[in-house]
Amino acid sequence: MDAVIDELPLYWEGFRTTLSLTLLSAVIALVLGTILGSFRVSPVPTLRWFGTAYVELVRNTPLTLVFIFFVFVAPQLGWTPSDFFAPAVVALSVYTAAFVCEAIRSGINSVGVGQAEASRAIGLTFPQTLRLIVLPQAFRTVIPPLINIFIALTKNSSVAGGFFVAELFGVGKQLTNAHPGDVIAVLLGVAVCYLVITIPAGLLAGYVERKVVFAR
Amino acid sequence: MSSILYDAAGPRTRRRTLAWSIVGALFVLALLFLAYRQLDEHGQWETERWQVFWDPPMGQSAEDVWRSLLVTGLGATLRAAGVAAVIALVGGLVLAVARMSGTRLVRVPVTTVVEFFRGLPVVLLMFFGVFALELSFFWGVVFGLVIYNSAIFAEILRAGIMSLPKGQAEAAYAVGLTRWQTLFSILLPQAVRRMLPSLVSQLVVLLKDTSLGFIIAYSELLRQLQTNTQFFGQRYWFQFFVVGAAIYIAVNFTLSRLAVYLERRGTTKAAGGVAKAAEPVGGKVGGGEAGSSV
Repeated sequence: MDAVIDELPLYWEGFRTTLSLTLLSAVIALVLGTILGSFRVSPVPTLRWFGTAYVELVRNTPLTLVFIFFVFVAPQLGWTPSDFFAPAVVALSVYTAAFVCEAIRSGINSVGVGQAEASRAIGLTFPQTLRLIVLPQAFRTVIPPLINIFIALTKNSSVAGGFFVAELFGVGKQLTNAHPGDVIAVLLGVAVCYLVITIPAGLLAGYVERKVVFAR
Repeated sequence: MSSILYDAAGPRTRRRTLAWSIVGALFVLALLFLAYRQLDEHGQWETERWQVFWDPPMGQSAEDVWRSLLVTGLGATLRAAGVAAVIALVGGLVLAVARMSGTRLVRVPVTTVVEFFRGLPVVLLMFFGVFALELSFFWGVVFGLVIYNSAIFAEILRAGIMSLPKGQAEAAYAVGLTRWQTLFSILLPQAVRRMLPSLVSQLVVLLKDTSLGFIIAYSELLRQLQTNTQFFGQRYWFQFFVVGAAIYIAVNFTLSRLAVYLERRGTTKAAGGVAKAAEPVGGKVGGGEAGSSV
């Protein structure tokens, strides 16, 4: 237990790294996923295929393999970043974007048919329909699944700890080596840090889900 | 093609769609070309680099390479996934039943435990298994997968039972079945059937998560890729990555197809039969749970 208290600054450091890793990847994945999602519902076949191929490929690939690509393979292809934070953000965003894309697509499909029909009837073009009518409504139903995806992202960011980023799990590994007598306490400390993020977010998702259901 | 977003196209729209299609195709081709050139610039297409799979250097035979990947690597991955899946399904069933128990003394702690483990990264649980409980690497991986996935399976099964029409349980009690009989002979069979697609897609997640064993040094498929590149040299990383990814995608794709097939079969059954009432809510809940285990 003393080990945990002594190492609190290191925990804080790891917690902050996990948070910035998660938030940065979440923003990039949200943008990328929304673009891919609109590809998947667009009337243009080639874009639809591209979106489908991307989602199918990424969903069947383990995140660890994505990390291996950006950390070990990319240097062989000419990308040599100065630290391990950047490849971790890229790997997490690329992976999460596929799930964001699916959530947004199902959100778009949940918007009433009449909405798109009405907007076509008043002469809006396809991009206008999507941007002004459908997406704003889709985002609302999409928020609970999106929160769930970002909870998963928080947990997934622990994989970065296995690839040389000193986030929470990385700190846990480091402290396990430093305090072999206190492994259980050290790892429980790490677990608590993760739960501090994931449990409130889960409650929020449940709350929003109930709100949205009532509003419909 | 089933979209609510556009009508059947007229001649002008068809022309415009075609134009955009070509633009889209050019965009995709440009991406592919950039990737190809990047690889070419670093000599990744040279036959010599791919030869490692049929005529490897350093006195190894092709059989050695493939054995290390398919037998040692994929074998270890599938073994861990298989053992973990069986134990986790049983564990999930137990937790689901306990969570719906009539006694608060059972329900409350179980709920807490499920919520606790659902919020933790699997790799942390594996690490805990190996270093705190001093399990072997294999059992460490299985431990992490079982703890996490039991919690998820429990939630899926519970969502399935909750989505059943109330009349099912009421009728069962009315004909004099006990709580346990109702659960096991009336509710669970229907819930499992309804949630089969979610269960299978969670199995895909479980299989993917065995790759986290890479981080705690369990010698599964990805570790074997790394071992090979350490032996033959870093310059073979891309080639081994491509083969490793192909193996993973092939296995997972087969399982995912199974999920889609089961889903389709399930919906045709439901459309003609009884269990349609709870579809929107039940479907949402199931989807949410599967989504939370990205």
